[in-house]
Amino acid sequence: MSPALPIRIEGVSLRADGRAVLDGLSASIGSAGITAVIGPNGAGKSVTLRVIDGLLVPDSGRVRFGSRPGAEIRRAFVFQKPGLIRSSVADNVALALAGARLGRAEMRDRVAEALRRVGLLSRARDAARKLSGGEQQRLALARAAVTEPDLLLLDEPTAHLDPAATEEIEALVLDLSRGGAKVILVSHNLGQVGRLAEDVLVLAAGRAVEHGPAARILAQPRSPEARAYLAGELPWMSCAAAS
Amino acid sequence: MWDALSAALRLVLRLDGDVLAIAGLSLRVSLLAVACGTLVGVPLGALLAISRMPGRGVLVAVLNGLMGLPAVVVGLVVYLLLSRSGPLGAAGLLFTPTAMVIAQTILVTPLIAALTRQVVEDADRELGEQLRSMRLGRWRRARALAFDARFSLAVVLLAAFGRAVSEVGAVLVVGGNVAGHTRTMTTAISLETQKGDLPLALALGLVLIGIVLAVNAAASLLRHHAMRVYG
Repeated sequence: MSPALPIRIEGVSLRADGRAVLDGLSASIGSAGITAVIGPNGAGKSVTLRVIDGLLVPDSGRVRFGSRPGAEIRRAFVFQKPGLIRSSVADNVALALAGARLGRAEMRDRVAEALRRVGLLSRARDAARKLSGGEQQRLALARAAVTEPDLLLLDEPTAHLDPAATEEIEALVLDLSRGGAKVILVSHNLGQVGRLAEDVLVLAAGRAVEHGPAARILAQPRSPEARAYLAGELPWMSCAAAS
Repeated sequence: MWDALSAALRLVLRLDGDVLAIAGLSLRVSLLAVACGTLVGVPLGALLAISRMPGRGVLVAVLNGLMGLPAVVVGLVVYLLLSRSGPLGAAGLLFTPTAMVIAQTILVTPLIAALTRQVVEDADRELGEQLRSMRLGRWRRARALAFDARFSLAVVLLAAFGRAVSEVGAVLVVGGNVAGHTRTMTTAISLETQKGDLPLALALGLVLIGIVLAVNAAASLLRHHAMRVYG
């Protein structure tokens, strides 16, 4: 477990295009295992991941890692689209280590180990963008894993994949989590959330409305927003019912 | 006219010495200018593409505007700089191929930088967030994006070469069109037409068109190959 974790999100607000995307979001996320972030579209899930990663700076509030202020941890992000450069599979993994000042031999070994872990070692010299969708996402996971992150942020990594590829990605995510990385996963796939997550953070309109063990939240959500989302109600239907 | 054309074809086909010398100088000057413009324009355009500094919009607008620099004005400015009474007059570069390279470099650098900025900005829209999440510094991100867009950048460089090899104003003013020394295809065509030596002018025109067509075909093939191999 990393000494820099857990993660405290303290009153984070962020506006974009005149709209509050995050509205005083607060949550404390544990230091181990997989946390799923769920909620309807526009709830602020992906933005929350970007704020945790540092890609977005909130207008107010802050994210703290562990108890030490300013603690730095190794973070890696896997996006919905794998974002691969037009080069070989190995080059894409090596790119993540570009700032690490490694010797050539160590770089080669770490890239090979990361590719072996996701089952792509034999494709190391192939063009990355010629891989299938599932292989590309496995490559994105290898690129994230090669930096040995303390915190792995996954934004709907299986959104465009078929069930077989989804299963492969889920197995890799579990493997990385068991290897010591804290994983925060945004997903609309509630089955996947049930299979992977220990705890679930439910967001609605930029706020945390519920946070607890995955089994309990998926079976018996307490907040009306979580109940509506898990029941498959559309947000505008909830609004109409309320009015 | 047909006589002139057939004479021109004969000059080209028998690899006339004058035609080859003039074409060779044109290629040397333009290739060197594009090489120099690449060293400055590609990093400048790539860094501008990913920077978010205040005044960036003005810089981009200025750079885009400079793409349309009139060649003859560039020639005039370089002439003033290199002339005996100019600040760089002591170097004695006026009416030399070096002066022509300098003028063409000034002409193509904004073109390379502006098109690089556009190409890399498009790549940044696709990959920028991923690269920022890897904690890569600005220079490394710019390099990674330029590498990703290298086949589009190759087309940019070929376009810059096309602009350089086909311009006449700048090389005429700073080179002086000295026979055997600074005479390029475009200045020679201009001069030979005025003298009435249409076969030589047409022969040089055919070579020039051939080079421009070959460059365009190479650009097209390169993109096609890149898309097939790298996706």
